[in-house]
Formats: sequence, structure tokens, C-alpha cells
Amino acid sequence: MTIASLIATPSELTDTASSKCAIVLMTRIRLARNLAGNPFPGWAREGQRGVVFETCREALAATPQMKRGLNVAIDELSDLEKQILVERHLISRELSGAKSAAGVVISRDQTLSVMINEEDHLRIQVLRAGFQLKKTWNAINDLDSALENVLDYAFSPSLGYLTACPTNLGTGMRASAMMHLPALVISNQMEKVVRAVNQLGMVVRGLFGEGSDASGSIFQISNQTTLGESEEEIIKRLGSVLNSIIEHEQNARAKLMESDAAKIYDKIGRAYGILQHSHLLSSGEAMNLLSLLRLGIDLGLFPDESRSVIDRLFIEAQPGHIQHASQHDLETNQRDILRAERLRAEFAAFAKPDFSRNSQN
Amino acid sequence: MASPLKCDLCSKPATVHLTQIVNNKIHKVDLCEACAQAKGVTDPSGFSLSDLLLKASLNPEAASETMRCEHCGFTQNDFKKHGRFGCPHCYETFSAMLEPMLDNMHKGTVHTGKVPQKALERKNLHDRLTQLEVSLDDAIKSERYEDAARYRDEINQVKQAFGAKLAR
Ligand SMILES: [Zn+2]
Ligand SMILES: [Zn+2]
Repeated sequence: MTIASLIATPSELTDTASSKCAIVLMTRIRLARNLAGNPFPGWAREGQRGVVFETCREALAATPQMKRGLNVAIDELSDLEKQILVERHLISRELSGAKSAAGVVISRDQTLSVMINEEDHLRIQVLRAGFQLKKTWNAINDLDSALENVLDYAFSPSLGYLTACPTNLGTGMRASAMMHLPALVISNQMEKVVRAVNQLGMVVRGLFGEGSDASGSIFQISNQTTLGESEEEIIKRLGSVLNSIIEHEQNARAKLMESDAAKIYDKIGRAYGILQHSHLLSSGEAMNLLSLLRLGIDLGLFPDESRSVIDRLFIEAQPGHIQHASQHDLETNQRDILRAERLRAEFAAFAKPDFSRNSQN
Repeated sequence: MASPLKCDLCSKPATVHLTQIVNNKIHKVDLCEACAQAKGVTDPSGFSLSDLLLKASLNPEAASETMRCEHCGFTQNDFKKHGRFGCPHCYETFSAMLEPMLDNMHKGTVHTGKVPQKALERKNLHDRLTQLEVSLDDAIKSERYEDAARYRDEINQVKQAFGAKLAR
């Protein structure tokens, strides 16, 4: 598979069939692994990195999961291609900045990706649309076991998998869910939620990793600690935290609809109008408008099937995807014009909001 | 940029950097070309760093401050700078520094999760093989030929098991 065909192929996240879940957009698990006896990528010499890169690429290419997938060195990719992979959550910004002897292997369906020579020798990731912690864990556990057949992992019986950063020691696992929490944001409860979640040993971040603002009211919740608990225990604990966040979001939605339905309908109706008629849209504004429409779908104002359109656009309205679709180099301003044009076309055919279905009370 | 390291004996720029473990502590010495020659340390196996350390009267604190991983050359200062380790072996080298950190960082300090069973089996076989090969050499040297034959048989068995593991 080439990068061009991968970009042209619908991914797990942009595939219209897969996203049916309110509130949890996607589940993701990653495992950090290193090869015994080799310095970590950040400390290794170029030649040592090269050896590790080739060893890992070969091992991955031989797994059934990665059959006919994408297997590339990072310096074979253009900046735009790397950006698209970042926007699809298939590589990190850190990897896209790497110079050489680093790369990524991605499965055909884009649910599995393995970064080589990022912070650790291997960063194995599985990603699925919706709330699917168990399935995601099973898939990543299988791929990890297949790799372990041929690679000698750096492992200590007492400290577990040895990672470049001691914060990943032990299981080397980060399990996370991408959650859509507009009602908690609108009712100013996010700060409280973040604090409570932190106390339970979980971390909350904005959409695109560390430090970014919460565009689109989308947050990533993940486990903070990796040592001292088994993978299953971490996943169980994360699952129950996620369920309680879902409950809080649902309560917040119910309360908002009770006290201020007009305000919510107004926001959603305006978002719909802007998406249908605007001529300049930044990606931040587009995220927030799409987020409101997704809330509208959950509230029954739009048909359920349209949720997958929104989830696809969350990705396709990102700068790299807009740029790629135009096939020209674009200034930010031109990109905003094209984004608006693209969304006008999408929403011209989108069902009108049906406010009668919910407004009887 | 960090200034170049100075010779521990005479303060000229150091070009020779040595590491040795003394009393379970890692010691590091930096020497200039002249001092290295004078102390006969150009052959790393042929001298005792501890003697040198006494002469250089390095205080132990300074030595631990510059503790260095024998596998990858990573130092404690490098860790302070990067917040990452140099190689898997660093976890043993810097275990004393690490332990209190882990307590604050994680839920527990002992791994209870997945174990790479296949990789560990492979490592055990590999270690066993190395051990048997040493025993075989010893047996041959001291002309214990019956023992040698026994070791050779065992080596073949382990190699077969190893081959089966690799083939899978
Ligand atoms: Zn000197
Ligand atoms: Zn090291």
C-alpha cells in the first residue's frame, strides 16, 4: 500500500459505517516497547537507530495484521502527508518531526499503526471508532504478542517493559477515549470534571494532545500511571471513569434542555446556518460548529445516520485534509475559503433540524 | 554549550573517559592524553581505577553526581536534562535514584501486567547456551572428556529447542 492509496482509502474514523456512538468518538490504546540491549531512540546514534528501524520494519511486515499495509520511513513522506497522518491520529507530531531512521507501519484499514523510533523503539497503537476498550485491547495484545515472537523486548520482571521515560514503565500502556462533552462545557462543569478525573488517576486533554484548547468540546481521557496495575485493571478502571463521565454529560444535557432549551436550539440552529452558508471558516470554528451539530443529532434534531458524516468531517475539515483535497499550496485564508466551500457542499444535502420532535415540553 | 571536561588530575582538557564499578558504585574518570599515558590507562583492563580515584582524591559525591551507564554512557545529569533514559540498562544503573521517583509517579512500584513469555524463554535458552559453552571449554582445557561430551550433547539439545523457538 502506498501513502497516496492510504490517504484515498476511508479510515476507521472516516468510514461512514463505523461511528454510531454518542459521546465516545473513539477508543485508542498504545503500547510502548523497546528492544533489549539497544539505546533508546533519543540517545542512540544514527547507525544504531538505523539497525533498530530495519529490524522492527521487517518484524512488522511479517505479521498478518500488517499484510499489504503501509510501511514507510518518515523521510519518504512529504510534510502534507505527515500532517494528514497526524490528523488521522496515525502518527504523532513528534514522529512527524523526526529526521531519519524513523517511520511508521499502518494496517490497510488504518486501525493499527506502529511508530518506529519515536520516543521508544516501538509505539504500537490500535484505534477504533466508538467506545470499545475490550476489543481494542484484544487487538493490540494480539499484535504485541505476534511481535514478541520475533523481537527481544527490553523487560524487567520487577519493572515491566522498559521505556525511555519512566512515566511509561510497567505496562507501557496508555488507553484513552476521545469524548464529546458539549453540555459539560456549556454548563461550565469541565474544570470540576477534570479535577475529579485527575484524582482517579486519569488525565484529560484537549482534542489534539497536550496543551491544545478544547476545540469542538472534544477531550481525550487516558490513564496516567502504567506501573503497579495490570493492563486489564487499568482498562477496567478507565472504563468505569468513562462511564461516569458519560453519565455526567447526559445529566448536563438533560438539565440544559430543561432549563434553557431555547439557548441550545439557538446554538444548534445557528451552527447549521453557518455551515450551510458561510464563505470563510477556520478549522477551530468548523470544529465547534460540527460539535454543535453532533449534539443536535444526539438530541434527536437530526437523523442518527448523519452522526457518521460529522465524525468524518471532524477529520476532513482539518488543515492537511483541506489542503490535500485542493491539490494546490494554500495560504491559511484560501484554506478557510475552501473549507467553507467544502462544508457548504456537505450541508446542502444535510437534513434540516426538526425542532418539533423535542420542543413539546 | 557545556564546557569540555577537564582532566581530573591536572585540569587540562580531557580526551580519555573511563568508567569502572568500585564497591558497587560507578566511577567515572576523565583524563588528558598525557596523564592517561603516565598512569598506563590506555589499556582499560590493565589498571585499577580505584587507585587512580584515590590519587585524584575525587570525593564520592562528585563521583555519584557523574554516575554513568556502562552500556550507553548516559549520566544522571543527562537524565536531569532530558527526563528520559539512555538505554534499558540505565534502569539498573540508576535504580537508587529511580526508586523514590517511581513511588510518586505510579500506582505501585512492581509490574503486575503482561509478561513477554516467548522473549523470556528465548533469553533463558540463550543464557543456558552461553553457560554450557563456557563449561565445555573448561572441560576440554582440563581434559575432562566425558564431561565435555555430556556438555556437547546438552548444547545440541538446547540449540534444537532454540531453533524450534525461532522457527515459529
Ligand atoms: Zn592531565
Ligand atoms: Zn544506559
